[in-house]
Amino acid sequence: MEPFVTHTGRMVPLRRSNVDTDQLIPVRFLKRLTRTGYADGLFAVWRTDPEFVLDQPQYEGATVLVAGPEFGTGSSREHAVWALLDHGIRVVLSPRFADIFRGNSLKNGLLTVQLPDDVIDELWRRAEEFPQEPVTVDLAALEVRAGELTVPFELDPYHRMRLMEGLDEIDATLRHADKIRAYEARRPSFKPTVTAA
Amino acid sequence: MPGQTLAEKVWDAHLVHRAEGEPDILYIDLHLLHEVTSPQAFDGLELRGRKVARPDLTLATEDHNTPTQDIGLPIADPTSRAQVEAIRKNSEKFGVTLYPLGDPGQGIVHVIGPETGLSQPGTTIVCGDSHTSTHGAFGALAFGIGTSEVEHVLATQTLRLRPFRTMAVNLRGTPRPGVTAKDIILAVIGQIGTGGGQGHVIEYRGDVIAGLSMEARMTICNMSIEAGARAGMIAPDDTTFAYLKGRKHAPKGADWDAAVEYWRTLRTDDDAVFDKEVDVDLDALTPYVSWGTNPSQVAPLDSVVPAPESFDDPAQRAACERALAYQGLTPGTPLAGIPVDAVFLGSCTNGRLEDLRAAAEVLRGRRVDPKVRMLVVPGSDRVKAAAEAEGLDKVFRDAGAEWRNAGCSMCMAMNPDFLQPGQRAASTSNRNFEGRQGAGSHTHLVSPAVAAATAVAGALASPESLPAPVFAEV
Ligand code: SF4
Repeated sequence: MEPFVTHTGRMVPLRRSNVDTDQLIPVRFLKRLTRTGYADGLFAVWRTDPEFVLDQPQYEGATVLVAGPEFGTGSSREHAVWALLDHGIRVVLSPRFADIFRGNSLKNGLLTVQLPDDVIDELWRRAEEFPQEPVTVDLAALEVRAGELTVPFELDPYHRMRLMEGLDEIDATLRHADKIRAYEARRPSFKPTVTAA
Repeated sequence: MPGQTLAEKVWDAHLVHRAEGEPDILYIDLHLLHEVTSPQAFDGLELRGRKVARPDLTLATEDHNTPTQDIGLPIADPTSRAQVEAIRKNSEKFGVTLYPLGDPGQGIVHVIGPETGLSQPGTTIVCGDSHTSTHGAFGALAFGIGTSEVEHVLATQTLRLRPFRTMAVNLRGTPRPGVTAKDIILAVIGQIGTGGGQGHVIEYRGDVIAGLSMEARMTICNMSIEAGARAGMIAPDDTTFAYLKGRKHAPKGADWDAAVEYWRTLRTDDDAVFDKEVDVDLDALTPYVSWGTNPSQVAPLDSVVPAPESFDDPAQRAACERALAYQGLTPGTPLAGIPVDAVFLGSCTNGRLEDLRAAAEVLRGRRVDPKVRMLVVPGSDRVKAAAEAEGLDKVFRDAGAEWRNAGCSMCMAMNPDFLQPGQRAASTSNRNFEGRQGAGSHTHLVSPAVAAATAVAGALASPESLPAPVFAEV
């Protein structure tokens, strides 16, 4: 995973709530066996509409998606995160994210930042009025900055550290292998296994 | 020390490591895999030369891509076939037990765990699939994870997580006859919204639960994710133990007694405090149906399509407007009577034996409207065999429905079972998202009984509204 410290880019305003994972990446793109190559799947159905915001010329190359509440609801498919990253999105801002989507994003270096509804409203307004204006999402300072606007945000310190260092979580966990083995030694005998009938 | 909730008890019993400033390391008792969300995880293992830590706690099945007819033939779609071949190859290479297509153990991942007795009270169960919440019906802490987490569990048999917050959904009152578990959970989601459970484990509580079968409890816990919750749980009781006893992987002999003794402690203490509590009144509940494109957009079947102006919240109003435009519905239209092209009976929400029985009950002595295609897809091969043993397949066939093999099928339309653009379905599955059942498809979520009645009427209908069945002379 690429470390993430701070990112500056332009915003694309997606004025929709409940953006579910079936919209983020429709099911026909889930049949691939890789972690990359999903850019064409991102919002594939919505993008058949020539008016859809993502493909408007003023938002070309934008890297910060600003969306309504309940972003990423639905399935656990990590492909939704891979598709956003493959399209070039590095940050998603929303009032609320679905939990599994949020977890997936942070594990892949896609920063998801929860901001109050009125801030999202203001960012939508700015992105529509000044599409060229950059926004900075600063993980070190825990701030989002756009023009004269500076808004703090919160992120669990552990996730923040992992993102900033690009740490491999499996390695980190395996450092506690002795504790895992000790736990296994005290698991009750009635716990099921797949192999015993 | 104050009392603990059920979810907190199960969490604490799986704690491997806890340290200030980092998430807990939680032990996972059972890891379920399917072909869609696992290939990249196995790749990750391979890339770093890692093994599957506990193949004996890992079970794989093929369900999302698999066809539900002609299952003896090679899978026609090359990308689906590649995914199924990948899980076969990976299972073999990493020593994981797999129930492949055609095996009597095959079925939807959330149906086979319970029916083999693997889903037990007090266990932690994960799967790269959001409806893992289903297994919470047994008093397990069961939740969906992403592919990176699948890789983490494969490599370590643990997960890194902060404790979930706890939420009680208190089901108050007594549902009237004809009201099913599906109606209860749709009403709950309608009340608390798609983000209502965010970050929480929901424990469903209330007197009504004691009278619910395990199948009904699974239907309720299954859709917890549709309310944004990490998991749903129901405290185990004698119904749970009776369901498990004698199943393939249930404890035997002295282990059974020890297990039951432990399982009886798995209930929320009287003095425990939930982070959040909501009451849902069941007394006035009638069969529910979804009208929109997210599972909180639901209403009683005997009501009408709502108007955007009826929502105070601007985001909800906009969502209603969009949903009606997509669904092709006009405010004020009675929901009962909206014509459908297809009916889908199946999925991990309502694809178990009890669901098939409820639908067959309605179809006996009746015919599916000739304009409607009704697909009946058992949740597992075992469900299929049990249904055939009691002649349900004949009831469905005689009524004019298609009787298929087990799989996810038209729940997410990854296999050949999908709707054509513009087609409308009544579906017993769990998601009514745009295009979920095929590009441009329209979905109305319903219970199995309403699905069957709708198939007969050719339009959304309750069983009570149908003319009396006609039985041939014998
Ligand atoms: S039946 Fe539907 S919701 Fe359940 S696991 Fe399959 S695709 Fe997912």
